[in-house]
Amino acid sequence: MKHDHNTSSPETVAKSSSRRGFMGVAAAGMAGILLAPGVRLIEIAQAAPTAGSASAGASSKVRWGMLIDSDKCASGCTDCVTACNTENGLSGGTLPTDSQWIRKIEIKEIRTGKTQSLPMMCQHCAEPPCVDVCPTGASFKRADGIVLVDKHICIGCRYCVMACPYKARSFVHEPVHNQKTDVPRGMGTVEGCTMCVHKVDKGEMPACVTACSDAGHGAILFGDLNNPESEIAKRVASYPSRQIREDLHLNTGVRYSGI
Amino acid sequence: MKKDKAMKYVLRPLKDTPQGFYLLLGGLSVLLALGLGAVWHMEHNGHIVTGMNNQIVWGLPHVFAVFLVVAASGALNVASMASVFGKTEFKPLAPLSGVLAIALLVGGLMVLMLDLGRPDRLIVAMTHFNFKSIFALNIFLYSGFVGFVVAYLWTMMEHRMNRFTPLAGLFAFLWRMALTTGTGSIFGFLVARQAYDSALLAPLFIAISLSYGLAVFIWVLMLASQGSARPLGDGLMARLARLQVIFIAAGFYFVLVYHLTNMYFTKHHDFERFILLDGGIYTAMFWLGQIVLGTLLPLVLLLAPGIGAMRRRIAASAGLVILGGFAQMYVTIIGGQAFGLVLFPGYQVSSSFFDGVTASYHPSLPELLLGLGGVAVVGLIVMLALKVMGFLPERLDDAALDMAPVQATPAAA
Repeated sequence: MKHDHNTSSPETVAKSSSRRGFMGVAAAGMAGILLAPGVRLIEIAQAAPTAGSASAGASSKVRWGMLIDSDKCASGCTDCVTACNTENGLSGGTLPTDSQWIRKIEIKEIRTGKTQSLPMMCQHCAEPPCVDVCPTGASFKRADGIVLVDKHICIGCRYCVMACPYKARSFVHEPVHNQKTDVPRGMGTVEGCTMCVHKVDKGEMPACVTACSDAGHGAILFGDLNNPESEIAKRVASYPSRQIREDLHLNTGVRYSGI
Repeated sequence: MKKDKAMKYVLRPLKDTPQGFYLLLGGLSVLLALGLGAVWHMEHNGHIVTGMNNQIVWGLPHVFAVFLVVAASGALNVASMASVFGKTEFKPLAPLSGVLAIALLVGGLMVLMLDLGRPDRLIVAMTHFNFKSIFALNIFLYSGFVGFVVAYLWTMMEHRMNRFTPLAGLFAFLWRMALTTGTGSIFGFLVARQAYDSALLAPLFIAISLSYGLAVFIWVLMLASQGSARPLGDGLMARLARLQVIFIAAGFYFVLVYHLTNMYFTKHHDFERFILLDGGIYTAMFWLGQIVLGTLLPLVLLLAPGIGAMRRRIAASAGLVILGGFAQMYVTIIGGQAFGLVLFPGYQVSSSFFDGVTASYHPSLPELLLGLGGVAVVGLIVMLALKVMGFLPERLDDAALDMAPVQATPAAA
C-alpha cells in the first residue's frame, strides 16, 4: 500500500490547492500514518511461506501441519509449553483466566489403564469452526492453512472460544505487558497458537517443535502436508495417524500418532 | 393522540402519575448508572474483574442478555394476536406490546455489546461481516426487528396507515420467528459442545420466548394499569393467563424432547447426568429453578382454582416464569460450558488448562450490575414511552376492549 500524499510538504499543498483541499489531504495523510501499524501487521500475516521470498504471500500450495507422536512425548515434560510461552510473550500462568496456547494433556484409558501424554493446541483445521462463527472475520485461515486472529478486528465476543472443539483459544483478561514485537496481543481480544507464523514465514520451525527436538524427544514433526516429498506427508501416508474429534470432519492440520 | 374510530380505542400518555412512578424511574436510573459504572470498571481493568474465565467465557451478562433478547420477541405476542391471528380485542394492547418488544431488545443488546472485550469496536462489528456467522446475521435480524416493529407501531398509530397494519404485523411476526431462530442457533450451531449442537434449540427458544415475553408483558401491563389508574378487566386477564399456560407447556415440551433425545444418544449420557443428576448448582437450578419454580408452580397457580385471587395468581405465575427463565438461561449458557469438552471419549483427561474437570464460575458484582443495567434500560424506555408518547389505551376494562365476558376457564376460576 502506498501513501504518496505523505511526501507532499504542507507548503506545496497549500499553494496548489484550496484550504479545504489541504485539510482533506492532511486528513488522508494522517489516516495513512495512523493506519501504518495495521498495514505492517497485514504484511506479516500475508508473508511468504518460505524464506527468501518475503513478498510472495501465503501460498495455498502449502499446508503447514504437525504430526505429534504421543509415544515419544514424555509425561511431565513441558518444554514445548515453556518454549511457546517464551516465544510468544505469554506469562506462563495457569489460572483459569490465563492464556494457554499449548498445554500438555495426560490421558488414561479407562478400560485398560494405559496412560499417554501429548501436547494440545490449535489444530489449524481446514474447516475451522472458529472462523465460521466469527462475526467480523477476525478469525481467519491463511492460504497455507494457518488459523489466526486479526487483533485489529476482533471485538472480543468469545464466540470462537465457544466454538473451538479443542479449547485452543484464550481470551486476554488483563492488560498485557512486555509484548514481543512479532506477536501482537491485546486485552479484550482472543488469541491462540499461531503455529509461530512469524518464524515459519522466515523459514524457521515453530518454537514448540524446536524445544521438543532439543529435549531429545522429537515428538513433533512440522512440515508441508501438501508436499508428498516432505517427511510429514510421507509419515502421514505410511503410518496410522488420527485427528482429534475426527467425527467433526474438520481436517485438522495437527495429527497425532500413537493414540 | 386523536380518537381513532377504526380502532375503537384512544391511546393516552400517562397523566398525573403517582409518586411511585418517579421513585421507580429514579431507581432504574440509579441501576443504569451502576451498570455503566460496572462497564467502565470491566473495560478499564479487563474481564479479570469478572467471574468469567477461559473455561466459562460467557457468564451472567449473557444470561441477562439472552433472556432479554428472547423475551423481546415474545413480548410481541399480544400484538401478533391482534394483527396476525385476528383476535382484534387485543388490538388496543398492541402498541404496548410493540414498545416493550423494542425495549427488551435494546436492553439485551446493550448488555451483550457492553460485555464485549472491545466494545469500542462496535463500528468494526457494523462494517466487517462474516455471513457464515450466526452472530453477524443476528446483527441484521436485531436491527431488522426494531425496524419492522417501529413500522408496525407507526401503521397502528397513524390513522392513514391503519390499512397497512395487518401487513406490517405479519412481517414483524415472521421476523420475530427468524430472530428467535437466530438466537437459538447461536447455541445450536456450536457443534463441538455436548450441551448445544442441536437444531432443537431454535424451536425451543421460540417456545420459551413466547412464555418469557408474555410473562414480562403481564407484569408491565399490571404495573402500568396500577400506575395510571386504568383498571384491567377480568376477561382480559383470563385470556392472558390461558395463553401463558399454553406457552409454558410449549416451552416445557421442547425442554422434554431436548433432554429425551440427549438421553437416547449414548455420547450425551454424561452430559445429561451432569445437568439432571450430579451437576451441583446447575442440577439445582434445573430442577428447582427451571422446572419447579419456572414451570410446574406457575401451571398449578394458573390452572388450579381456589388458590386465592386470580390477579395475584397471574402476577405470581408471571414472576415465576421470569425467575425460571433466568434459571433456564443460567443452566443453558453456563451449565453448558461448565461441562467440559470431550476430546478423548473413554479416557480420563487432565491438564493445566482444566481439561476433564467441571469448570468453575462465580458470578461477580460487575457482571450482575451490567445485567441489571440492561433491565433498567428496558424499564426506562417503557416508562418514558408510556409517560411521554402514550402507548396505553385510556381504558383497559373488558367493555372498552370488546373482550368477551369471563368464561368458566380453569384459569379464570
